Amino acid sequence: MKQSKRTPIAVFILTLVGLWLFVSAPSGVTEIKISTDTDIFALPNFNLDIAFVSGLAFAAQVVAFLGSVYFVVIRNHKTPRWVVILFAVALVFEILVGLFAGKTMTFTSLLQGSLALAVPLIFGSLAGVLSERVGVVNIAIEGQLLAGAFVSALVASLSDNLFAGLLGAIIAGALVAWVLAVFAIKYVVDQIIVGVVLNVLVVGLTNFIFSTLMVSNLPFFNQPPRFDKILIPLLGQIPVLGPVLFNQTLIVYLMYVVVAAVYIALFKTRWGLRVRAVGEYPKAADTVGINVFRTRYVSVIIGGALAGLGGSFFTLGQVGAFGKEMTNGAGYIALAALIFGRWNPIYAAFAALLFGFAENLQYGLAIIGSSVPSEFLLMLPYALTVVAVAGLVGKVTGPAASGKAYIKS
Amino acid sequence: MKLELRGITKRFGAMVANDNVNLIALPGEIHCLLGENGAGKSTLMNVLYGLYQSDGGEILLDDKVVKFSGPGDAMAAGIGMVHQHFMLIPVFTVAENVILGHEPTKFGGLLDLEAARAKVREVSAKFGFEIDPDAIVGDLPVGVQQRVEIIKALIGDAKVLIFDEPTAVLTPQETDELMAIMKQLRAAGTAIVFITHKLREVQEVADKITVIRLGKVVGEADPKSTANELASMMVGRAVDLDVEKAPAKPGQPTFKVEGLSAWSHAGTKVLDDISFEIHEGEILVIAGVQGNGQTELTEAIIGMHGKTAGSIQLDGRELIGKNVKQVLDLGVGFVPEDRTEDGLVAEFTIAENLMLDRSDRKPFAKGLNIQIEFLKKFASEKLKQFDIRAQGIESKASQLSGGNQQKVVLARELSRELRLLVASQPTRGLDVGSIEFVHEQIVATRDSGIPVLIVATELDEATQLGDRIAVMYKGMIVGIVPSSTPRATLGQMMAGISA
Repeated sequence: MKQSKRTPIAVFILTLVGLWLFVSAPSGVTEIKISTDTDIFALPNFNLDIAFVSGLAFAAQVVAFLGSVYFVVIRNHKTPRWVVILFAVALVFEILVGLFAGKTMTFTSLLQGSLALAVPLIFGSLAGVLSERVGVVNIAIEGQLLAGAFVSALVASLSDNLFAGLLGAIIAGALVAWVLAVFAIKYVVDQIIVGVVLNVLVVGLTNFIFSTLMVSNLPFFNQPPRFDKILIPLLGQIPVLGPVLFNQTLIVYLMYVVVAAVYIALFKTRWGLRVRAVGEYPKAADTVGINVFRTRYVSVIIGGALAGLGGSFFTLGQVGAFGKEMTNGAGYIALAALIFGRWNPIYAAFAALLFGFAENLQYGLAIIGSSVPSEFLLMLPYALTVVAVAGLVGKVTGPAASGKAYIKS
Repeated sequence: MKLELRGITKRFGAMVANDNVNLIALPGEIHCLLGENGAGKSTLMNVLYGLYQSDGGEILLDDKVVKFSGPGDAMAAGIGMVHQHFMLIPVFTVAENVILGHEPTKFGGLLDLEAARAKVREVSAKFGFEIDPDAIVGDLPVGVQQRVEIIKALIGDAKVLIFDEPTAVLTPQETDELMAIMKQLRAAGTAIVFITHKLREVQEVADKITVIRLGKVVGEADPKSTANELASMMVGRAVDLDVEKAPAKPGQPTFKVEGLSAWSHAGTKVLDDISFEIHEGEILVIAGVQGNGQTELTEAIIGMHGKTAGSIQLDGRELIGKNVKQVLDLGVGFVPEDRTEDGLVAEFTIAENLMLDRSDRKPFAKGLNIQIEFLKKFASEKLKQFDIRAQGIESKASQLSGGNQQKVVLARELSRELRLLVASQPTRGLDVGSIEFVHEQIVATRDSGIPVLIVATELDEATQLGDRIAVMYKGMIVGIVPSSTPRATLGQMMAGISA
């Protein structure tokens, strides 16, 4: 069988971008700061010569391109993943160094910001994974996140209790998912339409309550406490990654646990086998005595609960108050992350981190006053999604019965 | 374990699918449930397996009344089922499929796949199957998938095993092997209910035969009955299964295929240097197990296949490079293998379906207008001529039975001036009456001096209908032989061994 030439072509086009960056690289240096105050030992800052680094990165891209051509055309083999990763790292590094030309790039805070942006995406993509793996398309991730954000702010403000807020968020997300499940499973309505309608509904509902109720007494209704960052001793003091991963709020630590738990539940347990069976071929599951409807309800609602929890990160983890439509499309990016991550919780989490990184770049650059237009940077995460999904990921097949209602005869 | 069905009745709306059906299956016995497509066999078994709830009657196991609210209950009671459409999840491994529904676990919830593998190996060894528990089911050949399905049914320690049309997808060899497995299970004391409409299989393994027609049991048949006797009981009137046809009087070879190769979308070679010719007034049957290039061959002929090389000539004109419309206009009639997908537009009326191929020209159209009056007249004529049973020409194709749908397709294709007829599995899933009708039409077409190409997956049909048989295997023609060739030889050719 002949291999598709899509990857070499995608790599070639992106290498041209790399070439252009190299040719137009300004002279000068980019300073990279990779240590923080809390580290066990301080790593020195690097001064990178832009032209030199660009050249090096471009050379790596050319090598990756030739490698990809070698594997696909000569060996008639798929492009190995490491070639793609080498290429991506080289190109991203070249872009970064170019963008921060003459400035200081604080690497740690760049990553911290990326993770912060990725947290709701990761929770959202887990909701999507749980839902689609059982055969229900979950477009309503956005609504579940927003409901979680809103309810957690409201409940935490009223009760002055963070954990009550978290619980409220979980219930809110689960409730949105329950509505999705009832319409998708019981009333066999088109799942994409229900999802979109739910998103619009939650936006409308939260905007309405915000404007009519919350605004009247903000300190009472919309001034929840916030989770403090907890520095984990030793782990949190490892240079570069320590402060990024282990100096975080409780919600982030919960996220680590939840990603692992969802992965284990889906792929290592009896429950997960049944969930995947229902998402692939519900009739086959039915004929061995698995309750298709109940399995679908449970998985979709657990997913919604996780998305709700993720929504609370906007309010209780970051901003400290609810704002209209504050999820700002995160649910849709989470959807892309779960497809990019091939319906696998761990891959989806990494995909979400990548999107978080792309999004954070625009903030980082805005702060240092980069010459690149901010509109272009705003586009970056989405352009990255398209290129990543179309060119580098290749053909992915989701659960076979995803989006299809099961009708018992 | 003794299984007894007593007075089972099942209705779907106004339709009675099972009407007061009685059946007893004893341990160590193969009980055949014989009936045509749509007679209600599968419905009955779905009631027994807990997939449907009956509207009356009861199920007894060892003389005790049992009540199944779902397949889980039936399985727990010792009933296993090998489904016609495999209930296997293609992306799961063999072990995962086999344990689904009653998974062994450890540490409270974690899957114990090692135990699952051991179970698969244990049952495989008992029946001499060689199945890798870690193989992905979707990658396995159909015959092996069926064995996975059998293992799955046996692993719950089933005492009663139902086989629902198990041979539909198998090669003759695989069918023989399945029969051997059923006999082995019978010897081990399993009660087997074998649902089928294939008489040869019934004659080979049945200890008892119950014949069912239009949802009712019409009686028990003696396992030593002849095929014609069984068929007559099944259909309810005297039936002659042999295709009535005079010896062919072949004329000129007007249809020639030379060095035809074709590639799939992914670049795999699906037809490999195929050459044959068909004479006027002759039926050539392409025999072979489904998926050996037959579909691609018919697609290549009518101009629907993407990448092809070689030559296909009809009356001296090259077909390769022409589009479907041009090919049809040269006088090619085409009956596709999947009538609901490719032969008809399900939501169109019979009349609309009858003019699909000529809706752009006279006399069906004048300029941009459809000539409704002409169409009505034409459709009514065809309805009568082809004995299409429907409320009228305005009935939707989707409301027709399989046999009547196929008649609509034939009526359309045969109403053109033909120079070649290509029909792919023209009797698949049809009742005996419709099969007779379709065969008559095909033979009549031949006798009018037209070359006919038939794709058949059942050997009986191939030998009865064909004047010559070309056997296909993996995109190649293994050999072209007279239709009097012995079954065993043809069976071997279908497995790629040339005669």
